[in-house]
Amino acid sequence: MEEEWDEDGPEVVKRFMYVNRKAPYGTVYALEMLEKVLIAAAFEQDVHVVFMDDGVYQLKKEQETKGVNMKNFSPTFRALEGYDVEKLYVEKESLEARGLTVEDLVVPVEVLSSDDLKSLMSKQEVILTA
Amino acid sequence: MKFGILVNEGPFQHQASDSAYLFTKAALEKGHEIYRVFFYYDGVNNANKLSEPQADDRDLVKLWSALAEEHKVDLVVCVAAALRRGIKDDILAPGFRISGLGQLIESGIVADRQITFGD
Amino acid sequence: MLLHTVNKSPFERNTLESCLRVCEDGAGILLIEDGVYGALDNTAVADFIKKRMGNIKFYVLGPDVDARGLANQTMIDGIESVDFGGFVDLVEKHTATQAWL
Repeated sequence: MEEEWDEDGPEVVKRFMYVNRKAPYGTVYALEMLEKVLIAAAFEQDVHVVFMDDGVYQLKKEQETKGVNMKNFSPTFRALEGYDVEKLYVEKESLEARGLTVEDLVVPVEVLSSDDLKSLMSKQEVILTA
Repeated sequence: MKFGILVNEGPFQHQASDSAYLFTKAALEKGHEIYRVFFYYDGVNNANKLSEPQADDRDLVKLWSALAEEHKVDLVVCVAAALRRGIKDDILAPGFRISGLGQLIESGIVADRQITFGD
Repeated sequence: MLLHTVNKSPFERNTLESCLRVCEDGAGILLIEDGVYGALDNTAVADFIKKRMGNIKFYVLGPDVDARGLANQTMIDGIESVDFGGFVDLVEKHTATQAWL
């Protein structure tokens, strides 16, 4: 498939999935992943963002980072909707294993069982992880 | 087939860049096209020409540059990740260029397969 | 079907377990880097893979096995060893690749 390029970029919409499995702050992965999500949205791709394992901690409410001298990026998750990134998923098993519920999260998400996540993942064309 | 490669780690701390390099080389040997290798996170350190590994060690910066030279592989360093880490045009090894994160997404769109090497 | 790559030792991280939890039957899992320790038989974690053997196709990256002194260790029956060329073929054969890091 050869794409014709113009100022608007490629006329192709692919299913992109971002899988967040790392907790925030301890490493930079979560923050730079969020930057990648925002860019994909600008390319008008079909963006899916998944939080599983310690990645669910990225969405924890009440993050207060002044004491560790870092920028609190959790409010950005609430801004994703404005970039047409609306498909946010949390794996049920990861959430429950950490004693969390959707009430603990900064943004509305769809909670998927690992079986549902399995079929959603296998339909993706580009999967970016960190 | 067109492959897009993402390298998330630098040349010394993790094996990711070694694995990515060997994968890229194998793909080229099989006649595939490498649409782009994109360097993100600490992966931008692969482009630092000032790094000097010990004489008996492999030099990934030079290996990537040689691959770019020989096969015209597009080696792109993420600008935001690079600036944070002090990687600028004047210390870029041959074959690397600095550009935006959009180049990664474009790679994902254009390449038939996009594959990540990280830690 | 997806190809999953796993590069962490199952003794240290839950990466392989998480991958298996959301890995569809019919998919492929390639163990690379420190992930190759998961391919060894007679370990405390060998059952992770044995339970799914037959539904998922497992591969291990030979050069990473050799580098770690494991060439003559017993691998779980049914795991196929590939070189970097074989890795490329696997990526080509599957619809997309997910790297578990």
